[in-house]
Amino acid sequence: MTAAAPGAAQTFRWRRRSVLPGFGLSMGYTIAYLSLIVLIPLAGLAISSASLGWTEFWRIATDQRVLKALQLSFGAAMIAAIVNTVFGVLVAWVLVRYRFPGRRWLDAAVDLPFALPTAVAGIALATLYAPNGPFGAILDDWFNIKVGFTPTGVTMALIFVGLPFVVRTVQPVLQEIDRETEEVSATLGAGRWRTVTRVILPGLLPAILTGFALAFARGVGEYGSVIFIAGNLPYQSEIAPLLIIIRLEENNYAGATAIAAIMLVISFAMLLVVNLLQGWSRRYFGHV
Amino acid sequence: MSEAAAPRRKRRRTAVGEGPMTRAALLTAAFVFLVLILIAPLMVVFVEALSRGLGVYFNALAMPDTLSALQLTLLVAAIAVPANLVFGIAASWLIAKFDFKGKAFLVTLIDLPFAVSPVVSGLIFVLLFGANSLIGPMLSDAGIKILFAVPGIVLATIFITFPFIARELIPLMEQQGSSEEEAALSLGASGWRTFFQVTLPNVKWGLLYGVLLCNARAMGEFGAVSVVSGHIRGQTNTLPLHIEILYNDNKAAAAFAVASLLAALALVTLAVKTVLEARFAGELAAQRRH
Repeated sequence: MTAAAPGAAQTFRWRRRSVLPGFGLSMGYTIAYLSLIVLIPLAGLAISSASLGWTEFWRIATDQRVLKALQLSFGAAMIAAIVNTVFGVLVAWVLVRYRFPGRRWLDAAVDLPFALPTAVAGIALATLYAPNGPFGAILDDWFNIKVGFTPTGVTMALIFVGLPFVVRTVQPVLQEIDRETEEVSATLGAGRWRTVTRVILPGLLPAILTGFALAFARGVGEYGSVIFIAGNLPYQSEIAPLLIIIRLEENNYAGATAIAAIMLVISFAMLLVVNLLQGWSRRYFGHV
Repeated sequence: MSEAAAPRRKRRRTAVGEGPMTRAALLTAAFVFLVLILIAPLMVVFVEALSRGLGVYFNALAMPDTLSALQLTLLVAAIAVPANLVFGIAASWLIAKFDFKGKAFLVTLIDLPFAVSPVVSGLIFVLLFGANSLIGPMLSDAGIKILFAVPGIVLATIFITFPFIARELIPLMEQQGSSEEEAALSLGASGWRTFFQVTLPNVKWGLLYGVLLCNARAMGEFGAVSVVSGHIRGQTNTLPLHIEILYNDNKAAAAFAVASLLAALALVTLAVKTVLEARFAGELAAQRRH
């Protein structure tokens, strides 16, 4: 038996003993199913992109149309995630701290983007924000803002898709914050604004950042709710997932694979960031 | 601590809070934002669906293509949801009831499909089973069709909905610990009996919600299915793909009529969730009181 770390008194044990049965069965089934459905198919993508070779990969990745599409997907997802961070914290605050009629229903409505199919959301948003749609016409006439069939429309759809991520990560943490620290801050003479920004928000920061990262990651890959409102003009309002589909329809598998690999690497990096944030949050604040 | 007294005490403590003006402003801002971003799109679905009258609405639903899309959607969900249900239970039993090295890594792996774009999820199956792949030609020689056919749609849907039930169950089972299971085992119950009579009843509501979420996503998945389906009308079109085709054919009212079915499913999912949460809160409070 090998020691886990030099100097460690405990000998290495792979798992702690338990009287419960089914470790082997559940471990075997979990690993087998995970490998078949997730790991092997993803490995296939990794192998396909590796077989492209570096120069070919670089040529596809630096193609103007690909760059513009990636720029739009990441840029719109970033703006949408920032908007969602501001309004998501606001919505979470209102839902946790205030009591008003219909609160339970408003709370339930926050999950709508999780439950509503993206294609349904897509055609609904496109109808609302099209130049002749109810919201699109008002925004165009009054503020001269064109939403439908522009990058602004892409951002709009991503705001819809990402909102619950911020609300649902901030809400439980806000619920558990001890209100006594606020009272202490108030009795020590801090104004309400100062209490909120100096006492409450720092404790919420890991949750807010996690929600931001989740909303951003979801927005980058989003397809269904975006394509109807986007206009899909190459170099202007074409998102990266759509370009993958176009490359596939052209039978250009190498092109599709390279774009997918870039997106995948960045989303995995985001997932890593989220995990680190949650670990950090658990260590310093005692909650997820 | 009794559950009824807690909210009342909280309300008395609002000495630290925002003034009525700030409170009203924050409430209004949140409300307007939610109405514009969430409620309005939902309303539009039903308004547009009925804009040409009930006749057009029911005609759109009774179209042969709609019916075959509905059939396929139900079939795909009927395979994908139970498959992920069995996995979700196995994975949450493993993660919640045992301590082993690499557990955090395993949880991250289970979450992987959440981080993958739906289009990329479809693409990986095209690369795996396509004509240029290693096994693609072997499968087509054997006469097995996976891409642009039902198996491909099912696989892509299983991938997309992979983490849903496990995600719902793991925190619930972790919170409940394993003392009840240990008691059942020490009283002589078998492993399976312990699972079916102790563990399963304890997590049934969370399990139901996980199944509902998984089902809603399975029936509504668009991007991944769009890549692997091949869009063969009447054969490999699911409801979301059918909506896209109707919408792009300038049959908006028909598209929204079909969309209203999926929107209704989403509303049912959310309603059940709201009811379950109310019930959950009561049950958890009751457990704490004992």
